[in-house]
Amino acid sequence: MQRGNIFDYKNYRYFKLAIIVIAIAFTAYMLFEPAVGYYGGSWLGYGLGTVSAALVFWMAWYGVRKRRYRSSGSTQGWLSAHIYLGTALTVTATLHSGFHFGINVHSLAYGLLIIVVISGFFGNYAYMIYPRLMTENMGEDSLDGLLLRIAETDKLARQIALVMPDDINFTVDRACRETYIGTGLLEQLRGYQPDCPTAVAVEKLTILGNHLTGEQRKLYRELYSIMVRRQSLVKRARQDLMYRARLGFWLYFHTPFAVALLAAMVAHILVVFLYW
Amino acid sequence: MPKNVISKQVPMLEHFNTVIIGSGPSGLSAAVRATEQKLSYLLLEAEQEPASTIRSYLRGKLVMSEPRALPIRSPLPFTASLRETVLDTWEKTIIDYNLNIRYGSKVTGIHRREKWLELELADGSQITADHVVLAIGVQGNLRQLQIPGGDVPQVQYQLDDPQAYQDETIVVIGGGDSGVENALALTGRNQIIILNRADDFSNCKESNLSQLTEARKRGALDWLLETRPQAIEVNTKGEFPITVVANTPNGIERIPCHRVIARLGALPSRPLLEGFGVGFPTDDLAALPLLSSHYESSVPGLYIIGALAGYPLIKQGINQGYEVIEYILGNPVEPADTALLRDKFASFCNDRGVDDVLEKIRKSVPLLKMLTTLQLRELVLQSNILQPEPGDIIFKRNDYSTTFFFIIEGDLDVLIDEDDIPDATLTTGQFFGEMALVSGRRRAGTVRARTKSVLIETPRRVMQKLVDSVQSMRRVLNEVAIKWVVHVCIGLTLSEEDLNNLASHATLKSYAAGEELFHEGDQADGLYLIQSGSVTVSRMIGGREVVLFYVAAGNYVGEMSLVSGEPRYATVRAAVATEAVLIDAGRMNDIIARNPEIRSELDARYLKHLQDQEKRQQLETTDNPGSLGNQSTPSNLISFLIQQGVGEATDVLLIDESLCVRCNYCEDACADTHGGATRLDRDAGPIFANIRVPTSCRHCEHPHCMKDCPPDAIHRAPHGEVYIDDSCIGCGNCQQNCPYDVIQMAVIQDQPERSIWQILLGIQPKALPIVGGSKVAVKCDMCKDIKEGPVCVRACPVGAALRVNPEELLNYAGGSNTDSVTNEVFLTESDGN
Repeated sequence: MQRGNIFDYKNYRYFKLAIIVIAIAFTAYMLFEPAVGYYGGSWLGYGLGTVSAALVFWMAWYGVRKRRYRSSGSTQGWLSAHIYLGTALTVTATLHSGFHFGINVHSLAYGLLIIVVISGFFGNYAYMIYPRLMTENMGEDSLDGLLLRIAETDKLARQIALVMPDDINFTVDRACRETYIGTGLLEQLRGYQPDCPTAVAVEKLTILGNHLTGEQRKLYRELYSIMVRRQSLVKRARQDLMYRARLGFWLYFHTPFAVALLAAMVAHILVVFLYW
Repeated sequence: MPKNVISKQVPMLEHFNTVIIGSGPSGLSAAVRATEQKLSYLLLEAEQEPASTIRSYLRGKLVMSEPRALPIRSPLPFTASLRETVLDTWEKTIIDYNLNIRYGSKVTGIHRREKWLELELADGSQITADHVVLAIGVQGNLRQLQIPGGDVPQVQYQLDDPQAYQDETIVVIGGGDSGVENALALTGRNQIIILNRADDFSNCKESNLSQLTEARKRGALDWLLETRPQAIEVNTKGEFPITVVANTPNGIERIPCHRVIARLGALPSRPLLEGFGVGFPTDDLAALPLLSSHYESSVPGLYIIGALAGYPLIKQGINQGYEVIEYILGNPVEPADTALLRDKFASFCNDRGVDDVLEKIRKSVPLLKMLTTLQLRELVLQSNILQPEPGDIIFKRNDYSTTFFFIIEGDLDVLIDEDDIPDATLTTGQFFGEMALVSGRRRAGTVRARTKSVLIETPRRVMQKLVDSVQSMRRVLNEVAIKWVVHVCIGLTLSEEDLNNLASHATLKSYAAGEELFHEGDQADGLYLIQSGSVTVSRMIGGREVVLFYVAAGNYVGEMSLVSGEPRYATVRAAVATEAVLIDAGRMNDIIARNPEIRSELDARYLKHLQDQEKRQQLETTDNPGSLGNQSTPSNLISFLIQQGVGEATDVLLIDESLCVRCNYCEDACADTHGGATRLDRDAGPIFANIRVPTSCRHCEHPHCMKDCPPDAIHRAPHGEVYIDDSCIGCGNCQQNCPYDVIQMAVIQDQPERSIWQILLGIQPKALPIVGGSKVAVKCDMCKDIKEGPVCVRACPVGAALRVNPEELLNYAGGSNTDSVTNEVFLTESDGN
């Protein structure tokens, strides 16, 4: 089913608006060269700076707006505007700088802004890619459901392994004890465990099963299929955690740097007006 | 001693002015009033304790006090509360009033003697009385197992406290509601087997049925159908004290168990009453005894009140207990509801008595003549009296209201299309609103008062009950409904005569969900007009059934074969419970022959359908190269959505999983604006082709939740929102009745709005202390009180949450041109009334 998303919201309303903002900023920049040259302190620079600062504050307000469930209008529209106008903001801010960079609070604010915008682009990418992958991976299952089923396979596998030779028992036991699912952010982002004991166990079982008695073979086949099931469950659970982590990871940059940007920008404005 | 001797020796016998038989609510109420009036009376109870019917309820069951508006005039206290509380209050009343009650006294005969009534008791003693009030209810004579071993102590005929049994194997005999309820209450801690002599549980309430199926799926209980117990044997050793020997379709089966609970229903009370000489109006075993307006039966001095007289509600019985004593004393009493009726009539004919006004109502509306006085009183009590001024609008086209209207006086205009010119007129004695009553869909037209009028507005629930119990009323309404459907579906150009002709020969058919109206390849039997519900049209393509279209109420199916004369081109199946009007082929062809417009319209539809089907068929086959499995073809999507109940929905929440970033703002927003309890579960619910149908209300056309709401707290707003108001008592019926699991029980508490600082710093506001804290049923109300519409949709940052009208969705999924189809649906909905 094809439906509108945040990019084509209301027939690209905010894309168009962003284009207009950029066009006006460029035109102004091209048409009027201030007597003092291109820099933030010119009247053109003040103008672009004011627009940029207003946009930064308005962008930051989105963080509040999306959690104010009782406010009117649609959050989707806000996000669409946030994305397009945020992109336009890089243009106005760059023109505002007049391409003067240095090692000072002004360029710091600019740098932070770029980081925030770029992390936002990652966010867009994540929002476009991962939801679909998550659904493909999980179907109607939930993560809790998967973990529960893994716990069940553990119980079954350990029970059968008890009556197996020691090497098999050990391998299965290790797989049950040492398989980790998303224990830290890095593991979550990576989405797999190197030498995953469950995968190792499945591999080893194919060899270890050679010298079993007839009676044991029947149980062994069951154990093997349980471990294979466990492996695929573990893989899906890790994948889900990975997608979740990647879906949210960019926010660990976007939000703190946005706060830093606000601080740097306020400093930048104060410095300009108090000490220039 | 011969009887005639006794009746002459009066002083030897006990004599009372009044003997009341049965200490249920009615009998207790009569006794309390008799005490107050210092009447010489005796209250007889067959059991050792009062109120055995209510005592037989499960422990902790809520005893309802319906109808809510009816005041209690008896000194016997009663409010809706737990079974235990009700019984405690009554036992206290018995002590406080020092009632003259005699337990363990079963009456076996009542005879009319010249001067008084003579009662025979089971112990052989006799009592005489001037008046006898029979208030024994209908549960007094429980059927018992008439098999060898039916009297062993391990067999019981009621279940007081299900918690008292642990780790037992219990055989429940009887597949009625009481048996099933008992069985369900015992599951979890015990092993339960139900023996049902029928081949299914179709006699049960729907909620019981669904719980039963669910319990069996969980393995909590099992049942044997078409099975009758033959004997119960006592075991001398082993774990199980008894063994039930049962006759099953597969032969004799022996079931060792700890206990048998037999719920075989009550014996009909008619033979008993006839034994007392009471007369009945008809031969029907279920008929109610003939009673005067003072509850006196055809035996002078013998009064019958409560459930036995046909008043099954506790409040009614209590009031009648009071009234009957007053009648016996010769005091004039007006029925308890008269004051309520007087209030209803306050602004209408207030110069006349209540009975007069009722008579006027009955005289002016032919449909109401079919009701008994009591039914009419009930109807008026539960209805509103409207007095619109000229120009006032009663309801608007496309509103979702489902009430029914009788016109007591005045003229009203019906506006079907957009222009302001009346398309029809209604006048005194007529009724309207029957289509919404039948189909549960939007109003087809606007009704506006032309003159000053008086209307009775009756809720759908009340009408439904009447239609179910009054044959003649059902017939009239069906005729009108059929005529309407014919008119809407095909009859726009028909002459009145043709229309009547068609309608009078049409038959109304009902189908369960999934049942076929007709099958691909059948001979055409006629045209089916869908009156309520909806159907799917499917064909066998590539060896499997492919759903081509979804057709909603107000449209027709089956015209293809009628036009072509060939066998059925497709199979039509009810998507939900559906009613259709069948016009037979011969009559339809006759009409077609005489009406070229209809012919050309049907031809046009025929060609359009052929085109659509050709397109769809190609779509199905090209989308599906090779495997015919889990592909997201339109037909699969339609089947999926129908399975999810979209066929009976009016508004569905869907989540586009390819956009959803799992932020859960939809749930948070819902909880924030709805007392802290979210009404949707984003994460639960089936997915198909990236579309998830989350656990959230679909606002059904005929809401299952509304079926059995004791306080009548569930309503449908004009725009279709089904919501629960503050009068919810938390009984959980709606939760059980909802087939989609979208109602939960929760404590709700208005939430403080988070301040900006709390949002910035991520602080959750402190939850307000819960006051009262009782759980009530909560469900989606489609944010009907929030101006800008559903917050779940508005809070979604990525536009993944969407609410759709299923007709559009299904047609869209079906691949036909959305605009034309919705227009079509809209047109048919808006035409005629």
